[in-house]
Amino acid sequence: MTNPVTFTLRESGHFFAFSLDALRSVLRRPWQVREFIQQAWFISSVSILPAALVSIPFGAVIALQLGSLTQQLGAQSFTGAASVLAVVREAGPIVTALIISGAGGSAICADLGARRIREELDAMQVLGIDPIQRLVVPRVIAAMLVGLLLNGLVSVVGVSGGYLFNVILQHGTPGAYIASFQALGQLPDLLVGEFKALVFGAVAALVASYKGMTAKGGPKGVGDAVNQSVVITFMLLFALNFVITAVYFQIVPQKGS
Amino acid sequence: MGVEIQVEQLTKSFGRHAVWADVSLTLPAGEISVLLGPSGTGKSVFLKTLVGLLRPDRGSVWIQNQDLPRLSERRLYAIRRLFGVLFQDGALFGSMNIYDNVAFPLREHTRMSESKIRAIVGEKLEMVGLTGDEEKLPGQISGGMRKRAGLARALVLDPQIILFDEPDSGLDPVRTAYLNQLIIDLNQQTDATFLIVTHDINTARTVPDNIGLLFHGKLAMFGPREMLLSSTEPVVRQFLNAQRVGPIGMSEEKDASDLAAEEASGVRLPALPPIQRQLRPSDGGIRRAERPPGFWCRTHGVTPPPGSFTEPRPIQEVPL
Repeated sequence: MTNPVTFTLRESGHFFAFSLDALRSVLRRPWQVREFIQQAWFISSVSILPAALVSIPFGAVIALQLGSLTQQLGAQSFTGAASVLAVVREAGPIVTALIISGAGGSAICADLGARRIREELDAMQVLGIDPIQRLVVPRVIAAMLVGLLLNGLVSVVGVSGGYLFNVILQHGTPGAYIASFQALGQLPDLLVGEFKALVFGAVAALVASYKGMTAKGGPKGVGDAVNQSVVITFMLLFALNFVITAVYFQIVPQKGS
Repeated sequence: MGVEIQVEQLTKSFGRHAVWADVSLTLPAGEISVLLGPSGTGKSVFLKTLVGLLRPDRGSVWIQNQDLPRLSERRLYAIRRLFGVLFQDGALFGSMNIYDNVAFPLREHTRMSESKIRAIVGEKLEMVGLTGDEEKLPGQISGGMRKRAGLARALVLDPQIILFDEPDSGLDPVRTAYLNQLIIDLNQQTDATFLIVTHDINTARTVPDNIGLLFHGKLAMFGPREMLLSSTEPVVRQFLNAQRVGPIGMSEEKDASDLAAEEASGVRLPALPPIQRQLRPSDGGIRRAERPPGFWCRTHGVTPPPGSFTEPRPIQEVPL
């Protein structure tokens, strides 16, 4: 019971069983379209603004780091290329991961946790409705969709931030910044970024739902569950990000190699 | 007509902590039963095990020839539609108003037209006295109203079995009396099988047809109301009369030395108080499960405590 190894193993086992249940329920009718739309709207409303505000400095920092370096090397025309590469390949998915788990996941976890301790989920089960199908599945799909769109938003805002910073503050050439976009990056970079965002959204929503639905011990238990869900999601998403990137580099040949 | 529930050798533990073991009882169809017990004896756990929210370690719960703990998920959800459960705080969905809460099971499970749903919801809300509060959110109403709204939602699919998890907790005595009357009237109207989990003695003494007592991980006794109220078994007697003298201690069970000391000091349980009459339906009709007062005592040759089953006398108005 108190052995941390068996505890961790048991928790992971329960989580995978829960995820499989959710996966199985995705195709089961009736589809909860209304709940899905509400959740997608809700998750985007809590994540769009922070995502945009985080990605502007992110793009700017990359431009700042690269700007002086490329200047010294005489490769100013490649600032745009490097910026796009950094933002689309790495910063986009990472910012998406942070926002999805920090803003969306914590909200999902707190909501379901409150429902758990108020016995709403028990009541739902007694009324013959499976909370996984009714509540979890729409949240997971909504988080995936919002993750996908958020990644696009972060990429655009990040690259624009880099552009503004480079052109206005570092006196870079606007044309060169835009013209070099395709020098290093390529379309599969964007696709893999979107794929990552999709996976991150699913994982963040699953962890948050699992933690929320298994919260116990009153209001403090819900707080603990939210805290754990955010920490666990961060670790999982960063690990996943690394794995997906490594696999991607093996599968898709990179420019210039 | 209600459904009989047969519980056999049910045992439940959390980790190494045993909640209760080998509980066997039969909830007779259409009757009101109360499950009593000191705080922390797993009454709510028992209730949740009955509807399959918790899985017992072993034992069976037979409902319509199906053993509930061994059903597949799909069939469990199907059989749960026989149940209506009133949770402690009503367990209303916080994001919906009272009307949508009560209409929720109908919208999820049936293809009724909205006007038909409106009629049914209106009828159930009238039953629990909440007409006119449809638009309020659960956060805006009192605990008693939340309970009644939860009850209306539990009733909306016309369940055969209704379970109440501490219907009287957090309610004042007047509201509790109203709720108890409501329970009796509902039983008369629906003929469903009722199980009430509580530790309110007044409810236990006047509402049910049967009483069960959980104590120290065991079912101490289960049987007709008059059997337990006239019982001289120490645990039953102590609990049903709210005494300090007896086997139940502050934390859990008194140990042998405490009990011996109690005996030596000559403290005795007071004589059994008279058995009150059972609550009757408010329209003066008869419930199907109702027995005449003193019926069990007469047929089993038990002499009830003096003064039992007398008509409650109206309080005389004293002229000032």
